[in-house]
Amino acid sequence: MTDPAISVTDLSKRYGTVTAVASLSFDLASGRVLGLLGGNGAGKTTTLSMLMGLLLPTTGSIRVLGEDLLRHRYRVLPWINFSSPYVDLPHRLTVYQNLRVYAGLYGVRNSRARIQELARDLDLTDLLDRPYGRLSAGQKTRASLAKALINHPRLLLLDEPTASLDPDTADRLRTYLRNYQKASGAGVVLASHNMLEVERLCHEVIMLRHGRIFDRGAPADLIGKYGRETLEEVFLDMARGRSQL
Amino acid sequence: MGSLRRIGAMIERYVYLLKGSWPRIIELAYWPTMQIVLWGFLSEYLVHHSSYLAQASGVLLAAALLWDVMFRGQLGVSVVFFEELYSRNLGHLFASPLRAYELAGALFTISLLRTLVGSGMAALFAYWFYHFPIWEMGVVLAALFMNLIVMGWSIGLVVAGLVLRYGLGAENLAWAAIFAIAPLSGIYYPISVLPRALQVVAHGLPAAYVFSAMRALMFHHVVLYGSLWKAAAINVVYLGLGLAVFLRTFRDARVHGRLLNLGE
Repeated sequence: MTDPAISVTDLSKRYGTVTAVASLSFDLASGRVLGLLGGNGAGKTTTLSMLMGLLLPTTGSIRVLGEDLLRHRYRVLPWINFSSPYVDLPHRLTVYQNLRVYAGLYGVRNSRARIQELARDLDLTDLLDRPYGRLSAGQKTRASLAKALINHPRLLLLDEPTASLDPDTADRLRTYLRNYQKASGAGVVLASHNMLEVERLCHEVIMLRHGRIFDRGAPADLIGKYGRETLEEVFLDMARGRSQL
Repeated sequence: MGSLRRIGAMIERYVYLLKGSWPRIIELAYWPTMQIVLWGFLSEYLVHHSSYLAQASGVLLAAALLWDVMFRGQLGVSVVFFEELYSRNLGHLFASPLRAYELAGALFTISLLRTLVGSGMAALFAYWFYHFPIWEMGVVLAALFMNLIVMGWSIGLVVAGLVLRYGLGAENLAWAAIFAIAPLSGIYYPISVLPRALQVVAHGLPAAYVFSAMRALMFHHVVLYGSLWKAAAINVVYLGLGLAVFLRTFRDARVHGRLLNLGE
C-alpha cells in the first residue's frame, strides 16, 4: 500500500490567544485533488503555509509521502511546490531567470528543456525574456505556476491558482492542472474562492470555518447533503450560518 | 482646502510610519551624531600628532579603502538579503529545499564578489589619482581584507536577522550598524585615543586589531601577526554568533508566520 501524498493529524496553529487553525486532520491519496474552502480568515492560507513548511504548527503532524515534514523538512521539500498570489518572484529577474534559479534550488536536471516545456504549456514562451515585474497580474500567475511545476512536484499546493486570470485563460489552466495531476499522479491541495473551480477539479472538499473543519466530502455529496444546486450555495449557507442539518 | 487636507493626510501617513518603527526614529539623530563622533576623535588625535600624516602619506587612503571592505562586505549580506523581502520572494525561497545556512553561504559569496569589484575599483582609483598602490602590502593585505570582510558578514547576518524579526522598518540598521562601530575600530587613529571604557570595547572588535596591524605595517614595516590572529579568532566567534542570530530569527519567523508576509 502506498503512502498518502499527505497525511495531516490534529494540526493546530495558535497565535497567542487567537486560534487560526484547530485540530485539522485529513489524508490525501496521490492522484487526488483536495479543496480547502472557507471565507476570509477561515484558515486556508495558514493551513497551506504549514503544509509547505513555512509556518510551524503549534501541535499536530504532517507526513508527506510517508515522511514527517516537521522532522525531515529538507528531505520532503524537494517533492513539494506551491503557487500563491501572496508571494512574488523577484521583479527584476526575467521569467526565464526566475525559473532557472528555482530549477537550481530544486535540483532540476536539464532545466532549459523543462523551462521550455512549461513555457509552451502555460503560454509563456514570448514572456520568458521579460522581467517578472513587468508582467500583468494574469501573466504573473502563470509564471508563478510554472515555478510551482518546475520540479514535477508530487504534492502541489495551490492558493487561488486562477486568481486574476480571465475566464478563458483560467479555464485552460484548470484543464492543464487536471491533465498534469492525472499524468503525474501528484496529490494537489487547492485553496480557492472559486466554487466552480473547486467543483471541477476537486475529488474532496474540506470546508473551513474559524479555523475548524465545518464539513467535508465530495463536492456532489456536499451539494446533495445540503439540498442545494451548487457548491457556491453550500458555501454561502456555511458562511452565513444557515446550514444546521 | 482639499489640497491641504490631502497633504495633511499624507503627513499623517508618514508619521504613522515613523511611529511604528523605532529604527526610523533612532535614525533621525543617528547619522549626525556618528559623523561628529568619528571626526571628533580624528581631530583630537591629529592635534597631538602632527607628524602622523607626514610619516605615511597613504595611511588615510589605506584606512579608507580597508574600511570600505568591511562596509561593502556587510552591505553585500544585508542589502542583498533585503532584495528578497522587497520582491516578496522569501516564501518561495524557504518553501524550496534551500537551507537558511545555504542562503547565508550564497550571501557571503556574492558579498565577496561585490566587495572585490567595488574595493578593487577604489584601489585602482587610489593608485591612478594618488599614486597609492595598496597591493604593495602583499600577502598581509589578504589577511587584513579577509578579517574585515568576515566581520562585515557577521554584522550583516545580525542585521538580516533583525529585519526578519522587526520587518523592513529595521532595514536602515544595515547602514547604522557598521557606523556604530566605526569610531571604536581605530580606522584613522589608534584606539588609545578613545576614553578608557571605549578602549575595552574596542579590544573586542577584530577591526581594531586589523587597523592597528595596518598602521604598524605602514609606519614601521612590521607585521603584527599576533594582532591578525587575534582578529581572526574573534571573527570566528562573531561569525558563529551572527549565524546563530540569523538561524534563530529564521526559526522564529517560521513560528510567527513572518516568511509569507514580511514587509514594511
